[in-house]
Amino acid sequence: MNDLLAISARGLIKRFGDVHAVNGIDLDVPRGMIFAILGPNGAGKTTLMRMLATLLRPDGGTAQVMGHDLHTAPGDVRGAIAMTGQFASLDEDLTGRDNLMLLARLWGFKGAAARARADDLLAAFELSDAATRQVKDYSGGMRRRLDIAASLIVTPGVLFLDEPTTGLDPTARQSVWTMIRGLAQSGVTILLTTQYLEEADQLAARIAVIDKGKKIAEGTSRELKAQVGSGFLHVHLAEGADIERAARLLETRLSHTVRRSTEGGQLTVVAGTAHTAATAVAALIADGIEVADFSMGSPSLDEVFFSLTGREHAEEPAQEQKP
Amino acid sequence: MNQYNSVLLGITRPRKPSGLSNALVFGWRAILKFRYVPEQMFDLVMTPIMFTLLFTFVFGGALAGSPAEYLQVFVPGILVQTVCFNAVYSGMGLSTDLSKGLFDRFRSLPIWSLSPFAGLMVGDVLRHLIAGAIILSIGLMLGYRPEAGFVGVVSAFLMLFAIGFGMGWIFIVLGLLIRTPMTVMTAGFTFLFPLVFASNIMVDPATMPGWLRAFVEVNPVTLMTTAVRGLMNGGAGATEVLMALIAPAVLTAVMAPLTLWLYLRR
Repeated sequence: MNDLLAISARGLIKRFGDVHAVNGIDLDVPRGMIFAILGPNGAGKTTLMRMLATLLRPDGGTAQVMGHDLHTAPGDVRGAIAMTGQFASLDEDLTGRDNLMLLARLWGFKGAAARARADDLLAAFELSDAATRQVKDYSGGMRRRLDIAASLIVTPGVLFLDEPTTGLDPTARQSVWTMIRGLAQSGVTILLTTQYLEEADQLAARIAVIDKGKKIAEGTSRELKAQVGSGFLHVHLAEGADIERAARLLETRLSHTVRRSTEGGQLTVVAGTAHTAATAVAALIADGIEVADFSMGSPSLDEVFFSLTGREHAEEPAQEQKP
Repeated sequence: MNQYNSVLLGITRPRKPSGLSNALVFGWRAILKFRYVPEQMFDLVMTPIMFTLLFTFVFGGALAGSPAEYLQVFVPGILVQTVCFNAVYSGMGLSTDLSKGLFDRFRSLPIWSLSPFAGLMVGDVLRHLIAGAIILSIGLMLGYRPEAGFVGVVSAFLMLFAIGFGMGWIFIVLGLLIRTPMTVMTAGFTFLFPLVFASNIMVDPATMPGWLRAFVEVNPVTLMTTAVRGLMNGGAGATEVLMALIAPAVLTAVMAPLTLWLYLRR
């Protein structure tokens, strides 16, 4: 069983003072998979990942990474993993090639071999043209690529990516996604954290949803959506001012919590069948509320998160400071 | 097939390098920094030149009768001051590395955990050597004559490395504690300025008020300066050398374990 798991964690706990940043999390990540840890800021995603990467000592629980025990063999764990942190962990003063050569030498590549390894990685990550430029002159997307290349000096058993696309523009985000998929196709197990539901939906074969230091759900994107239920009614109002009246009306009608979107009169609610949805919309119109548009559909991961935590994902303030 | 197969598949892992080899790689990084951060080199070269010329010609006559006489006392002193202040670069570099997350990467590698600090020390020694050579050359050009000769100068430089090594811990600990490099610099200088100025580096303590003289006489920087002066100009015995080494030894004994603890705790 353990041979098939890249990561197997039981009851991991990390406290910072009185705050339980990670409060008893179990995690099984099969080898060769892209696995996403999804949660809002301060949910404990980074803390969990830093424990698995030996950067933080757990206050409780056990974990094996690529068959090595986190407590008894942290050195072997380090030999089997690579971690790309939230902020590009590069030396900004050095060139792209020097950064990779520095790490290649630390892994034991000597002289010309270190240089060759650096150049191979630069080529694979389309950075050959920027090889002799200082990293401080790189764009955000280039930094990310170099940062991930720096994690692949020797092919890791597990690659940890902490919020790999935070702060990137949409084009750069797309290219990082393509890269992550390519790495997974080459057989690297990838554990990534993200606060973007779309990112988890797009990339990950399995998703663990974390909130306030606990795992509140796990499964494939499809399973998570099924868990929440289908038959979501989306209503777009013509007048944003009507939103509270419309939401209360739908809540009485359908006896489910109505999710109100902040930007202009959009409501989402579980309606069950098309019939109940249609009568609810009719009731809105009868009450004099002008409906610009409405549709039925399966829930997005945003709605899954809302339904699991009862909170709006994007508006959740940071509960605790990152360590 | 995709573009990553060639760099990911069939890569033979090199043999795990020794701790010493890790440390040398970090030393190599420190040397690269000299090439890529010319501003740092400018500070490193210009500050000692400026101090030496200004103090010698502006204050030299008033303090010692003539610039030439002052130079005999001041050159060894400014060497001590420069070595103490030079340590700031390591602390600022460390703070930058930590705030950028670079140390997280180093810590997640299977390397000797103290090797990044060994790299800082390589950088320090180079900086001391460069700044020291500049000051000594200017001194010699202006007429400074080390009476203890070549051996005296070499032993003085060895003493300066020991002083730099000891004082360096102050900035390394500050670098580990403080996230902003500029604050590391101001905090370190706030601590070092009184020690360096209320010493016998620039002015003969005999001219100071009694309470200040009492402090100056036990100030570790005074003891260091006395020893370096003695080594270069003649007249330093084992006592002076040992007294000068007390502070670096105590700093190392206290700060090195503290550094390790702070680093591993993060």
